[in-house]
Amino acid sequence: MRLKFDEQLDQLNNLLIEMGGMVEKAIADAIKALIEQDVELARTIIKADDDIDLKEQEIEDLCLKIILQQQPVAKDLRLVSSVLKMVTDIERIGDHATDISEITVFLANTQHPDDLEHIPQMAEATIKMVGKSIEAFVKKDLVLAKEVIAYDDVVDDLFDVVKYEIIEMIKKDSLSGDQAIDFIMIAKYFERIGDHATNIAEWVVFSLTGKGKHKDHQKK
Amino acid sequence: MDRNPKISIRDFNFFFDKKQVIFDLNLDISKNEIFAVFGPAGSGITTLLRALNRLVEMTSDAKAQGEILLDGKSIYSENMNVTDLRRKVGMVFDVPTPLPISIFENIVYGPRLSGIRNKSELNDIAEKALREAALWDDVKDRLNIAAMSLSGGQQQRLCIARVLALKPEVVLLDRPCSGLDPISTAKIEESLIQLKKQFTIIIAPHNIQQAARISDRAAFMLLGHLIEEGTNEDIFVKANKDSRTNDYITGRFG
Repeated sequence: MRLKFDEQLDQLNNLLIEMGGMVEKAIADAIKALIEQDVELARTIIKADDDIDLKEQEIEDLCLKIILQQQPVAKDLRLVSSVLKMVTDIERIGDHATDISEITVFLANTQHPDDLEHIPQMAEATIKMVGKSIEAFVKKDLVLAKEVIAYDDVVDDLFDVVKYEIIEMIKKDSLSGDQAIDFIMIAKYFERIGDHATNIAEWVVFSLTGKGKHKDHQKK
Repeated sequence: MDRNPKISIRDFNFFFDKKQVIFDLNLDISKNEIFAVFGPAGSGITTLLRALNRLVEMTSDAKAQGEILLDGKSIYSENMNVTDLRRKVGMVFDVPTPLPISIFENIVYGPRLSGIRNKSELNDIAEKALREAALWDDVKDRLNIAAMSLSGGQQQRLCIARVLALKPEVVLLDRPCSGLDPISTAKIEESLIQLKKQFTIIIAPHNIQQAARISDRAAFMLLGHLIEEGTNEDIFVKANKDSRTNDYITGRFG
């Protein structure tokens, strides 16, 4: 039954895996370029963001086609509408990798502070979150989705640590005002990436259970 | 839960000879709602609709067990006047069934039978019913032409108008748009949404999308059993309570 529909849903899964892979690579490259002060790599990331935007467009087009041709209901309706929301978050993650890379280009030929090891940790944590949120969607894994949502606290805590470290460096005068702002921005971008990964995982939960993403907020 | 349902079906079973087609059905239908009953062919849906105004008795060997209450009164009790019941609970079928007479005569046929003779009163009844069924603008200048000359969609709206002319309380529609084009379907659905303000509407939709578009509540029946009922959102958006409902409405079985 509904062979074509199931084929389209498979295609949707594959496109999401591709797009997820693209932004995971963008984050990984962004932190690498930052640490190694690799301006060439940073420029490549900025350029590659267009491909992520195109992939988003491709997924949206397929969703609209599915809505038109298959008129999905119930589980299928939740799935397609979740994907339409998720791609926006995935695309924003790509934008933040670009934002970080733009700072990397700007910071070229400046001396980086040595003791900011928590920023790479944030990168590592967010890459994991993005990968697992997409995996939770593809495998329809509710437990994994909830793990991602819980893991956001780790990233938030790391952000606080970085913020504290930067304040300490300002106090000791080991970091210029310009640099302090640039690095706090970088940390904030990673923190936002964590939030977007959390959103993706929340859409997975909605798709699987029908429980509204924003219902808890509305009650408050 | 509605404490005063328009229709209340209690432990209802239905048989054709020895073959049981509806099993232990319990269902409440509220006033002024569009209630959709859907399921694969052979699920007992047409039988259920026809049991609600006892049309099903016209089939030989049909036997009902249990109760159906209309405003709290059993429709199967001995003192229920069947003609009166069928006026209160009108029915529209899947194939339009205009009588081979004029549009006007089709509408006033029932009211005339019930004793209304006054010409201007009949005119008013016809206009009101045709307006409610969204057919008035199409036919107001040619009420005396043969009903059979109307298009399929217009014929079906005429059949709805004919039911409405009898001032029913409940309107049953058995796949009323199954052979109709999207425009005619939209017109009928629009008028049903308007009509529910005055009536209670029970529809067997010809497809899931129609049930999703217009129902306030819906029930899924399978092989004579009620599998799941709920609000429109419960059935068509949220996670279904029974996986068979989900499999059916998403087209993965049946």
